Amino acid sequence: MATLQADFTVPLRAFALELELDVSRTVALVGPSGAGKTSILRVIAGLLAPSRGRVSLDGERWLDTEQGLSLPPERRRVGLVFQDYALFPHLTVSGNVAFGAGGRAVDELLERFRIAHLASAHPGELSGGERQRVALARALARKPSVLLLDEPLAALDTHTKSEVRHELAELLRELALPTLLVTHDYEDAAALADEVGVLVEGRLRQLGPPAELVARPRDAFVASFTGANLLRGRARRGEGALTAIRLESGEDLYSADEVEGDVGVVVYPWEVSIARAHTPEADSALNVVRGQVGSLVEVANRVRVRVGPVTAEVTAASAARLELEAGGIAYATFKATGTRLVPL
Amino acid sequence: MFAAAAVALVFLLLPIVAIFARVSPETLVAQLSHPVVTDALILSLKTSAIAQVLVLLVGTPAAYVLATRRFPGRWLAVVLVELPLVLPPAVAGIGLIAAFGRLGLLGGTLDALGIRLGLTQAAVVIAVAYVSSPFYVRQAIAAFEAVDSDLVAAARTLGSGRTRTFFRVVLPLARRGLAAGEALSFARGLGEFGATIMFAGSLQGVTQTLPLAIYSAFALDFTTALALSALLVVVSGALLVALRITLQWQPSRPTSRFLYAPSR
Repeated sequence: MATLQADFTVPLRAFALELELDVSRTVALVGPSGAGKTSILRVIAGLLAPSRGRVSLDGERWLDTEQGLSLPPERRRVGLVFQDYALFPHLTVSGNVAFGAGGRAVDELLERFRIAHLASAHPGELSGGERQRVALARALARKPSVLLLDEPLAALDTHTKSEVRHELAELLRELALPTLLVTHDYEDAAALADEVGVLVEGRLRQLGPPAELVARPRDAFVASFTGANLLRGRARRGEGALTAIRLESGEDLYSADEVEGDVGVVVYPWEVSIARAHTPEADSALNVVRGQVGSLVEVANRVRVRVGPVTAEVTAASAARLELEAGGIAYATFKATGTRLVPL
Repeated sequence: MFAAAAVALVFLLLPIVAIFARVSPETLVAQLSHPVVTDALILSLKTSAIAQVLVLLVGTPAAYVLATRRFPGRWLAVVLVELPLVLPPAVAGIGLIAAFGRLGLLGGTLDALGIRLGLTQAAVVIAVAYVSSPFYVRQAIAAFEAVDSDLVAAARTLGSGRTRTFFRVVLPLARRGLAAGEALSFARGLGEFGATIMFAGSLQGVTQTLPLAIYSAFALDFTTALALSALLVVVSGALLVALRITLQWQPSRPTSRFLYAPSR
C-alpha cells in the first residue's frame, strides 16, 4: 500500500501547526475546533502553503519548501471531501461527479453510490446523506491516490449519521487508499480509522490505534477527549500495591497505577457501576463516589448517568430497575484496576 | 407609506410619460427615417457595443483579481476603480482631454503612432468606457467575492487548473451579478453626455450619439428632441428587458451551501 508522508509547519493565528505524519491506512485526527485540522488537509491538497515542510507520496514529491517545489492542487492526486461537501450548485449530480472524471465511467460511480436516480438533480434538492455520497463519488471519480475527508459526518443529522458512518467505514476498507480524515468527534474517529491522533493547538498529543488511546491515554486531555471521566487529585503510595488518590472533594480513590503527585484519575463510563445503596463488604470495587444524580441521557439502548462528578454508562434496563431520577442520591463504583492515572 | 411610494413612482415616471404623451407613435416612426436620428442611433449603438466589449474584456479579469487577491494597496485600487463613478462628467471630459488630447499627457506618443483621437468614434468609445466601467467592475467584484472559495478549491483538487476553474465554476456562479452590473454599465454608457461632448465633440454621423443629438435638436426644434428622447427610452428599455429575459432563460439555482433539503 502507498504511503503519504507529511512533515510541515504552518503558522496559524494563535499558534504554529506542526505535524509529522505517515499515512498508509486510515488515520483520523481528532481535536477541538480551531486545533488546525482543516489546515492540515489543505496543506496536503496544495490549497495552503506551509512556511516549511515536505509532502510526498511514495517518493513522488508534491511539496518541498527547501527545493522551492510545490505542485498545484490539480497535479496532486488527492480526493478531498469538504466539510460542507462544496458541491457545485450550478451543476447536476452527474455534472458534479463528471467534473473531475476526465471521461471515466461516471454512470458506474453513480450506481455504486446509489445516486443514479438523482443524476439530473441539483445539489440544492438533496438531503445531507445524499450530498455526502455525491461528494465522495466526485472525489473518487478522479481516481485519487490519497483520500482526505474533512469532518465527513459533521453535516449530518443524528439518525442519518450512524448509518452513514457504517457505510463510510466499509467504503474506506474497500478502497484501501491512504486516507486522512479529521473530525472533532472521537467516536467517529475510532469507528472509521485504524489509527487516531489527538491534535491540540497544532500539536499531536498522541497517535495510536483507538484501543491504545483508551487503554493508555498519555495525558489528561487525551483521556477526556476519548470520553473518559477525569477527576483531579493528589496521589501517594498507599496500602499494599495500590496508589491512593485524595480528590479535591476529600474522597479517596485507589488505582493500580504507580504514580505520585498531582494526577488525573481516568475512568471510562462503561467501567462505572451505579447503585442505590453501598455496602463495602459486599463489593469488590474499591472506588466509591457518592453523589446526587445530575442528568440521565439516553444514548441508543444505554443511559448515561451523571453521579456527582462521574459519568456512568449503564443499560437502559438497569437504569429502569434502579428507578434513578435526577436529584436522588446514588453511588458510582469502579474497580481500582479499571482506573488509570495520568499526569496533569 | 403607500402614499409615499405612490408619490415616488409618479415622480419617477412622470417625465417619461410626458415624453410619450407628446410624441405620437407615427411621429416616432417618421423620425426614424431622419438622417440626424438614424446616424445618432447607429453611432450610439455601435460605440456603446464596442465600449462594453472593452469593459467586459478588461474589467472582468481586473475585478476577479481585486475580489480574490489580498495585496497591499488593494483598497486604493478599488477606490480608483470606482472613482469615475463620483467624478462629474465634465471633469471626466477634461481629464480625458488632458490625458489623450493632442496636447495631453499621451498626446505626443499617440501622435508619433499616427493616432488622432479628436473628433473620432474612438474618442466616443473611450469616453463611454471611462464613465460606464465602474458600474460593471464594482458589481463584478461583489459577484466574484460572493463565490464560495471552497467551490474554487474543490475544482482545483478535482484536477482543474486556474483557467478551467474560472470558466467552469467562477463565471457561471457569478453570472447574475455580472449581468446586472453590465446592464447598469450599458445603460449609463448609452446615456453618456458630458464627457463625450467635451472629449469627442458633437459631429453628426461621427461623434454625435443620441444624447448629443437630443441636446443639439433641443436648441432648434423641441419636437425632434422629444422624438429622439422617446427613441432613447425605447432602446434602453428594450435592452434592459432583453437582458432580464436572457437571465431568466436559465433557471436560478441556490448557491448557498447552507441550504439543505430535508433528510429523506
